Amino acid sequence: MNQKIRKYAVLGLVTAVALVLSYVEAILPPIWPAVPGIKIGLPNIIIIFILYKTGLKDAITVSAIRLFLVALLFGNAMTLIYSTAGAVLSLGLMAICKKLDLFSMVGVSIVGGVAHNLGQILVAMALFETSQIGYYMIVLAITGTIAGVFVGIAASVILKRFEKTKI
Amino acid sequence: MKNNNSQKNQKLRNDIILAVIIILIAAVGLLLFVMNKEEGSTVSVKIDGTQIVSYSLSENIEIPIKTGDNDEHINILVIKDGKASISEADCPDKICVQTRAVSYVGETVVCLPHKLVIEITNENTDGGLDVAV
Repeated sequence: MNQKIRKYAVLGLVTAVALVLSYVEAILPPIWPAVPGIKIGLPNIIIIFILYKTGLKDAITVSAIRLFLVALLFGNAMTLIYSTAGAVLSLGLMAICKKLDLFSMVGVSIVGGVAHNLGQILVAMALFETSQIGYYMIVLAITGTIAGVFVGIAASVILKRFEKTKI
Repeated sequence: MKNNNSQKNQKLRNDIILAVIIILIAAVGLLLFVMNKEEGSTVSVKIDGTQIVSYSLSENIEIPIKTGDNDEHINILVIKDGKASISEADCPDKICVQTRAVSYVGETVVCLPHKLVIEITNENTDGGLDVAV
């Protein structure tokens, strides 16, 4: 029982951290204003950490609560659709890649970063009924890969630090 | 321990292969995109997926476009020197305003909050199609 309480407390804590990282990313100036949508994906550090530390179920929980709170605090229903599509595809593919055990956390994070962009572009293509936005994906695939490397390294460093901590 | 290390190296190799494949695919996409690049002649305005109006890129004009569910919002489309951009908008993120001016066929400026897409096209403006207001 005590362990369960401890786990919930930790999950609440990391959700708060993920929320703060979302906020930090929102107030950062755009990396390349000409091409909107380029992001580092800081909250994904937390999501990957939880995915490796306690598993997919908790990662989904943290991700879902973060999405909802971000939409409530800094966004609207529209942004919720985009971020949900990105998060579902990203977390789904990351979980599959982790299960396949082919890549390190960095590789999994690259998949997550690119998949997040892909999910959002697919929703935009569906909503606007135009395939022309698809060419954004060229740029976003490259930036998503680079961002994924950094996020993956950060997540693996954090995981190592908490190696002995039981959640 | 040794086994663990070789497994680590194997994964690192896979990581690198993954990154290279993604970047290669993007490079091929970029190449195709650049090769198919052609200057557009018109700019079409779409709101929520339906085309509202289109303008010729050859003139220098500023057009306010009413957006939002009840026309309560506005985006100002600027056509200048054969390029189209959005100079002002009352959307929350201003991403459309920051997007660079577009001039090649297929390029877009998107305002997600207002469901607005400005797309460069190459309509054959034979006679009456050129709807400049």
